[in-house]
Amino acid sequence: MTFAKDLQKVLKENIREYGMFIALFVIIAFFGFTTEGIFVSARNISNLLNQTGYIAVLGVGMTLVIVIRHIDLSVGFLAGFLGAVAAIAMEFWHLPIWVVIPLTLVLGAFAGAITAFLVAKMNIPAFVATLAGWLIYRGAILVVTESTGTIIISSDAFNAIGNGFIPDLSFLANFSPETHKLTILIGIIATILYVISAVKDRKAKKSYDFEVLPRNIFLLQLVFVSALFIGLTWLLSGYNGLSWTLVVVLVVVVLYHFVTNKTVLGRHIYAVGGNPDAAELSGINVSKITYAVFTSMGALTALSGILFASRLQSATTTAGTLFELDAIAAAFVGGVSVSGGVGKVTGAIVGALVMMSLTNGMNLMGIGISFQYIVRGAVLVAAVIFDVATRSQGK
Amino acid sequence: MAAPILEMQSITKEFPGVKALDDVTFQVAKGEIHCLVGENGAGKSTLMKVLSGVYPFGRYTGEIVFEGKVQEFGDIPASEDAGIAIIYQELALIPDLTVYENIFLGHEVQEKGLINWNETIKQANIMLKKVGLDTNPASKIKDLGVGQQQLVEIAKALSKNVKLLILDEPTSSLNETDVDNLFVLLRELKKQGVTCVLITHKLKEVIEISDSVTVLRDGQTICTLDAKKGEVTESALVKHMVGREIDNIYPPRESKSSEETMLEVKSWTAVDPMLGRALLKDVNFTVKKGEIVGFAGLMGSGRTELAKSIFGNPDNYQIKGEVFVKGEKKNFKHSQNAIEAGLAYVTEDRKGDGLILIQDIKQNITLANLKEISPKSIVDSNAEIKVATQYKDSLSIKTPSVEQKAQNLSGGNQQKVSLAKWLFVKPDLLILDEPTRGIDVGAKFEIYTIMNDLVQQGMSIIMISSELPEVLGMSDRVYVVAEGRITGELSIEEATQEKIMHLATAH
Repeated sequence: MTFAKDLQKVLKENIREYGMFIALFVIIAFFGFTTEGIFVSARNISNLLNQTGYIAVLGVGMTLVIVIRHIDLSVGFLAGFLGAVAAIAMEFWHLPIWVVIPLTLVLGAFAGAITAFLVAKMNIPAFVATLAGWLIYRGAILVVTESTGTIIISSDAFNAIGNGFIPDLSFLANFSPETHKLTILIGIIATILYVISAVKDRKAKKSYDFEVLPRNIFLLQLVFVSALFIGLTWLLSGYNGLSWTLVVVLVVVVLYHFVTNKTVLGRHIYAVGGNPDAAELSGINVSKITYAVFTSMGALTALSGILFASRLQSATTTAGTLFELDAIAAAFVGGVSVSGGVGKVTGAIVGALVMMSLTNGMNLMGIGISFQYIVRGAVLVAAVIFDVATRSQGK
Repeated sequence: MAAPILEMQSITKEFPGVKALDDVTFQVAKGEIHCLVGENGAGKSTLMKVLSGVYPFGRYTGEIVFEGKVQEFGDIPASEDAGIAIIYQELALIPDLTVYENIFLGHEVQEKGLINWNETIKQANIMLKKVGLDTNPASKIKDLGVGQQQLVEIAKALSKNVKLLILDEPTSSLNETDVDNLFVLLRELKKQGVTCVLITHKLKEVIEISDSVTVLRDGQTICTLDAKKGEVTESALVKHMVGREIDNIYPPRESKSSEETMLEVKSWTAVDPMLGRALLKDVNFTVKKGEIVGFAGLMGSGRTELAKSIFGNPDNYQIKGEVFVKGEKKNFKHSQNAIEAGLAYVTEDRKGDGLILIQDIKQNITLANLKEISPKSIVDSNAEIKVATQYKDSLSIKTPSVEQKAQNLSGGNQQKVSLAKWLFVKPDLLILDEPTRGIDVGAKFEIYTIMNDLVQQGMSIIMISSELPEVLGMSDRVYVVAEGRITGELSIEEATQEKIMHLATAH
């Protein structure tokens, strides 16, 4: 009895956070049902996650941009342009991959810093500054691919980022050859680490006499998350295991989750988003934070460009088209607040998954592209309505 | 008294927790110039908002009789239709539109939905002549001076056939010539039968222009004075405006100020580049260790600008002058530098630039000094809860937990969170800007007690306050600021409400 009550209370208090997870599960269940299980097959889930990668990393950066009350429209074509630069560096300049990837990331960060300069120093609205960037990078892609058209990338190492999978444990090659053992092992280790850190955190909080989740709810949370980790890795292990794309996305998420939740920089970002005037008076340099956020957006854009070029194994003249809108949609579906100051990077990942699941699921159902746009638009509006409605409750 | 054009009877208006107007009666005779005076927060603006329909009928109690008819204004257009126009201190003109567009904004000269611009310009010229403004009606508002803009506002009111013109602090941003011109115009309008209500702080002007004066204090009508009977004198006005007993809400304290100088400001001048106007002119003052220095003055006198311009200058004023902290010359480029030098500034506008309302109490408290609880730049969230809980207990912030969002707290508790944030930076000099605005008496007493504790520990406090009893009850020394200048320095022994009011209204 108390369990149900506790559960209800926790759900009610955190409806904003859990809302998008619930939405994702509903979508997965729906498509699983309508496609007779094809949607939730190992092969499709693996494919879905790889497709989501380049939008997910953009969504993470975009979340922070929106948190500090700005927007970045230039990321789509910047990603496409930087992907082309990477391709040119490898194919025409014959630079090795370990030079090309850092170079591309640095170029992206530099492009982000230029945006930040326009926004923070020249006081140009981000919408206008990045719309100009949208046009400029669109032109830039055409310039660099003008003479060649599509540039085919021949580096296997580079192409593996978007298409390859992590190797399996060689010494267990003969044991259950259909399953990817390393993937399962990683899943188990991640689960153990999660449980240990959650228990430790709860203990530390209790030792200070702080409020913690009720014991039964806490156990439920542990079981639920562990089941999710194990279930997903088990599913993926049935089809090639973890992809490099997923590894990249996980690294980005863990890093950004840590920075935004645990560090002074993260707290300053949310403070600037929550009330820039108060932040400025509290000794926070709003202009520096703006630089940090846009520069990180630029670097993530470069990463997105690399993931996409690698997935296509080529740089095309139209790469990056509409990425910015998918990233913005992912951020909003993931719970970033329209008025700034609120939003989690993990939310952006879920948001990207929701948007990509809709595309993927509707493709499997054979629904035409025109209706796909309409449905995705409706979901975006619904997500923002949910955000505004749950916030006006004052929670 | 001639027949009244306006009678407001038994007007009561309550906000949650505050009675802004308490049974107020306000009568204006036809064709007179009537001044409405009172301290900040006396209820003048609220009364005018009731009259103009900003607070619609039903949201207050009492009766408004205008030109012999009982009126129930549901919104601003309703009161304008009846012939009442208000010109606010912040002019409501659109800078990028022309003079004639502004005059007829909202009641355009139109035929079948199309604007007749020729007729508009012709009528605009007539209105401009009436107010004595010699300018091309096609010039843009932003190209006019403040005085001329005010005349455009009046022309706009006249174009709506105004019978009762209300001017809220019309002279606060005018120079002397403009003020003279305005008064000539008001007398001219009076001859034409327009009744005027003037809200002002400047007693000299009240004496110069008024036919009668109504004094409000603490949401109540104190008296109405008649100029013809010689009742309108400066001393009478000051007495009625401040004439309340200082209640015993100020906890006693031994003055412990030493000779050591904490802060010294020399020849401080600040110009707002947007307005192109000097906000502060040659300000000099000192604050000693362990001293509470009161900065008295009227709203808009430049005290907040003074504090902010010293505290890292977030509004980017053009500044001249020198600041010394403990004898050392400082040049604060950002609020961060000021914080590092031991200064803290608790803003007057806790919702605007004080708190982050969507974040919780603990995040607000630690914001200005996160590094204290963040070894290697990683926030120790348990230490944070601990710190926040300590301040919650020591300042008795009433909340179930420090994880409560700041927006869910009452005004007094929000103020305490704001205070806690700045105490956590452990400053040597605390600047409190209107520390008790909008909070109840109980919370005020608690804040005063905290202030006393702090100076006992050797902290210095600058207290900016528009409430005279508070200034007198808490300060060791008082500076009076008017129009961006320090017009007087008083020791607490010689300071009285009357003396401060004289200095604050002397120009």
